[in-house]
Amino acid sequence: MSDLIEGYLGKRADGTKSRMPALLDRWQSITGLILGLFIIGHMFFTSSILLGKEAMYKETKLFEGSLFLEKPEPALVSIAAALIFLVFIVHAGLAMRKFPYKYREYKMLKTHAAHMGHTDTILWMLQAGTGFAMFFLGSAHLWTMVAIPDKIGPYASADRIYSEHYGVLYALLIAAVVIHAMVGLYRLSVKWGIAVGPRPRAGRRRNKKMMWGAILFFSLMAYAALATYWQIGREHRGSYGERYTPSAMQNRGDVL
Amino acid sequence: MPKTKIITSDQSEGRELTFEILKYNPTDPESKPHLATYKIRETPGMTLFVALNMIREDLDPDLAFDFVCRAGICGSCGMMVNGKPLLACRTRTADYPEGKIRLMPMPAFELIKDLSVITGQWMDRMSRRVESWVHKQEERNYSRIEAPVEPDRADATFELDRCIECGICVAACATALMRPDFVGAVGLNRIARFEADPHDERNDADFYELVGDDAGIFGCMSLLSCEDHCPKNLPLQEKIAYMRRKLASVK
Ligand code: SF4
Ligand code: FES
Repeated sequence: MSDLIEGYLGKRADGTKSRMPALLDRWQSITGLILGLFIIGHMFFTSSILLGKEAMYKETKLFEGSLFLEKPEPALVSIAAALIFLVFIVHAGLAMRKFPYKYREYKMLKTHAAHMGHTDTILWMLQAGTGFAMFFLGSAHLWTMVAIPDKIGPYASADRIYSEHYGVLYALLIAAVVIHAMVGLYRLSVKWGIAVGPRPRAGRRRNKKMMWGAILFFSLMAYAALATYWQIGREHRGSYGERYTPSAMQNRGDVL
Repeated sequence: MPKTKIITSDQSEGRELTFEILKYNPTDPESKPHLATYKIRETPGMTLFVALNMIREDLDPDLAFDFVCRAGICGSCGMMVNGKPLLACRTRTADYPEGKIRLMPMPAFELIKDLSVITGQWMDRMSRRVESWVHKQEERNYSRIEAPVEPDRADATFELDRCIECGICVAACATALMRPDFVGAVGLNRIARFEADPHDERNDADFYELVGDDAGIFGCMSLLSCEDHCPKNLPLQEKIAYMRRKLASVK
């Protein structure tokens, strides 16, 4: 009944405006925040390869539950990836409301952004563009993680990137995700006036500097990690499919 | 593309400025939108007000633009100067070292002719939409002295009341350009102004009725071009965030 009234009249049964727009805006921000923070953690974890294969291996096993399970369980990764995928879909659905859909809207935005040369407006266009790209890039990556979670590791990941040609996908995904997430986190702070401090203008300037710093830092780190995996994958291409054996197990002659 | 006429005036010693100005009269079926080029000599301390009058005086009596106060108070001279919305009366030609200035009318508003737009219509619609007047239950007795207001609260209200309805925040905002029904920073600032005003008895739920949707506060994409261009330096970023927090928690 109330659904029917709201659907046709845009009002609730008591005659007041629907609270849905507030809810949608809030959830767009909440899901964005979750994904943004997740991405920061994710980039640190995948970049552990920069500290060596051993470090990356240990960490993978940690995520597979090695601390509390007897045998590592890649299904844990599957579940986590599925949850993130869900948040990702909700976020994409909510954020889509803001896209320019009609040619006229797009044309207006493009002309205006180009002529005005206003950074935050241009960044928003980039955010919409990278968001759109991630419908495809992000989905492809997330599905891989849901479907074949056991293929994570110093050799497995490197094989995927080199021999299974995921390198190109990841190179594009890194650019999209770093821009989208860092600009998004900055925008969240100014949108809700959180983490801007008592002097919002100064807070915005500071947060924007932090955003640029984060974009630079995470791009460098993620591309360095990608290059490292690619290099490992290249060296390992002869024994494609073989898994990494940590040094402790090598000593025991144990192969996992 | 119609040919552009180049008209030159050579009266003083200043550097040569090149103006490209949109010429178009939407009410004249013969008129085609095009950029006309004018060259004039810069005078000391020249503003766009001076330059445009010089052009109209010497080169093109048909050129339409608006100025009333020439002092950044009336808000009538907003235009796009090299892509940025600015008050033309407060814009100096010296700020353009290249000497090339392109003037366009502000988008988002109905074009009268050339650089002249009607901001009034838009502002009137906005004012009615956010019910831009004090809402009070009790009948006002004008023969009695007004009740005193805490200076801090009065300041907070006056601070936001400095808006001159120039429309620059609207012309700067890509959301407002893409979505003509978007209430814009000026409308959201107006809501914040009455929220701060102790005379107004409206509560958050009442304000939600006015702007609690995607054409209102939840449609703002935080591009902050309003904040960056407002000639009165109104705290738009802060106030929009504040109203968003308030209205997002209305039950
Ligand atoms: S808020 Fe600023 S930019 Fe917008 S109409 Fe008022 S004075 Fe002009
Ligand atoms: S002429 Fe009044 S603000 Fe410019």
